[in-house]
Amino acid sequence: MADRKVKAKSFQEWMEINIWGLLFFLGLALAVGGLVEIVPLFFMKNTMEHNKFPEIVWPKAGIEPIVAVDEAGKQVWNWQPGDGVRPYTALELAGRDIYQREGCYLCHSQMVRPFRDEKERYGHYSLASESMFDHPMQWGSKRTGPDLARVGGKYSNDWHRQHLRRPQNLVPESVMPAYPWLDESYVNGKRMRRHMSGLRLIGVPYADADIEKAPEVVKGKTEMDALVTYLQVLGTMAKLDEAKAYRE
Amino acid sequence: MESGLEQKYNFDVVRWFTVMAAVYLVVGASVGVYIASELAWPFLNFDSPYISFGRLRPVHTNAVIFAFGGCTLMATAFYTVQRTCGVRLWSDKLAWFVFWGWNTVILLAVITLPLGLTESKEYAELEWPIDILIAVVWLSFTFNFIMTIAVRKTSHIYVSNWFFLGMMVMIVYLHVVNSLAIPVGLFKSYSLFSGVQDAMIQWWWGHNAVGFYLTAGFLGIMYYFVPKQAGRPIYSYRLSVIHFWALMFGYVWLGAHHLQYTALPDWTGSLGAAVSIAMIIPSWGGAVNGMMTLSGAWDRLRTDYVLRFLIMALAFYAMSTFEGPVMALKTVNALSHYTDWTIGHVHSGALGWVAGISIGAIYHLMPRLFHTEMFSERLVNFHFWTATIGTVVYIVAMWVSGIMQGLMWRAYDEYGTLAYTFVESVDAMHPYYAMRAIGGAIFLAGAIVMLFNVLMTLRKSAADGSLVRARSVPAPA
Repeated sequence: MADRKVKAKSFQEWMEINIWGLLFFLGLALAVGGLVEIVPLFFMKNTMEHNKFPEIVWPKAGIEPIVAVDEAGKQVWNWQPGDGVRPYTALELAGRDIYQREGCYLCHSQMVRPFRDEKERYGHYSLASESMFDHPMQWGSKRTGPDLARVGGKYSNDWHRQHLRRPQNLVPESVMPAYPWLDESYVNGKRMRRHMSGLRLIGVPYADADIEKAPEVVKGKTEMDALVTYLQVLGTMAKLDEAKAYRE
Repeated sequence: MESGLEQKYNFDVVRWFTVMAAVYLVVGASVGVYIASELAWPFLNFDSPYISFGRLRPVHTNAVIFAFGGCTLMATAFYTVQRTCGVRLWSDKLAWFVFWGWNTVILLAVITLPLGLTESKEYAELEWPIDILIAVVWLSFTFNFIMTIAVRKTSHIYVSNWFFLGMMVMIVYLHVVNSLAIPVGLFKSYSLFSGVQDAMIQWWWGHNAVGFYLTAGFLGIMYYFVPKQAGRPIYSYRLSVIHFWALMFGYVWLGAHHLQYTALPDWTGSLGAAVSIAMIIPSWGGAVNGMMTLSGAWDRLRTDYVLRFLIMALAFYAMSTFEGPVMALKTVNALSHYTDWTIGHVHSGALGWVAGISIGAIYHLMPRLFHTEMFSERLVNFHFWTATIGTVVYIVAMWVSGIMQGLMWRAYDEYGTLAYTFVESVDAMHPYYAMRAIGGAIFLAGAIVMLFNVLMTLRKSAADGSLVRARSVPAPA
């Protein structure tokens, strides 16, 4: 460090001879953009549509279990399609875990944009509130296959099973891989209980019974059942009104 | 060549990173060609979970970005900082920890991703235990770099090091925030954020992985290796100052342009788009700065194959940084989003710019690190042409398929109904997907030639004892 006694003639030069000064101002310059664009999204009320249209979200989430299993093994639903956005049931969440695991989001988006053609092809444009319980979001960035945000109810369970086993049997031109191994393993109930507890820790409103009864809800279900159940709930939670402007 | 450099500097760790970069380019590009072929010929998925597209695609992105790009960045950053500061790395031990740590991350990625262990965050798929390891290794890399600058012999910090520093600090911010998650198992976690906030954070990461890791870092390479290879000082100091600060401050804002017309509030997307357009100025300033460094020595391009790589990379940089802002415009984005155009854009940046400047730097480093001529100059030239042609074939295929997809999805027939079903658009992509796989294969062929050339140079150096000789020269007093 012998010959480093240079007198800076400008602020820029000062930073060029002072590593800690450079680091400090660099750290500041790099922080601004992210802070401005991200932080307000957590606080500005108009980010989430349900602040203005509370009916989008199921009010009983976290208070009543979404689905219970009675003594005869029959499912009893407290929630009906259209009642509003709610956390995923144990089986749907298992399906969503598989959706993540298989990288479905790399070819399928879950975000319908407000264009005429997308409305006709996929349905109502997606709302921010619809993915409020999605940790992480699955909006995707590519449509090698079609958008799935509103695929729920469009095809039968049977169609989905056949399609996942061998897509080309139903859609000859498809380039989707086959997923025969989903029929071969079962959903682990204890694991789903752990997954749901984790989600509750970071703010997903599960009722105690939702988590406790997870093993009963997924009992005997294959990964295929789980994934199809997840696909069938996509876009069916909130009933959206054509006449309302949810977003400016 | 100067003598005594082997004693003065730590070139060992640079050598290892450099050779591994050449290895990982072949690995990453091979997986890329394979998954490109899966989209053209889906039987290649072979009904196996481990090689199905959805699981292999993250292997490809991680291998090229973090394995190839990472090793290149670490090799060049460690080389540049020593040469421009006139001192040895602050800590040899920490440097080796970074080498082994980073390669462990890569190994874990190659194992866990095909097993389906993923956070499903694009370009940040690795699960939480690996994320922690990445953070530790990255901080060690950064700390060693900063401390080397702190004990430097030179008066001023050279511009390359500013860019490397910018990348390092920003990646710390991005990686830490984007990876925040609640573990629910050894290899399963859920992002702390959800929905729209998660989307913004993911693309804040996603675009800045491009903007800082794949741009700022490689600009650090450009600012050292282009003047060195050309044997001339950088064209304009003033331009590099503007380039640097505008890029550091501005690039961070761009992530929002990935979410135009989504459920992200309009103000955020528009802000992202506005800054994106402004980014043409520093980007082109930087490209001009690099290219004009050659002014008065353009004839060197006829004979210097390494310089060809570096300058072609700058041309691709200029093109991608023009294309990017155009795609950020809302009207263009409405068409291009969700299509292959995005993939094409990424690859003009990744193959043309990032790989181009990296390959140039590797060819520049090889003779200096192994103290012998490159095994074959002709193969370097062959590599230049395969890389360029492969990249162009790839990009053109994706431009055509992307724009075609976008237009087919929004086309109406005379009765006012959608003209095409979705699957008709999939079917129409087939020739372009095949063309893309071919372009990628041409690029891969070049990468294999480079690996061969690198390994043969290693052998040559061992055979004629040049490295051993360089090491035995006593250090200058």
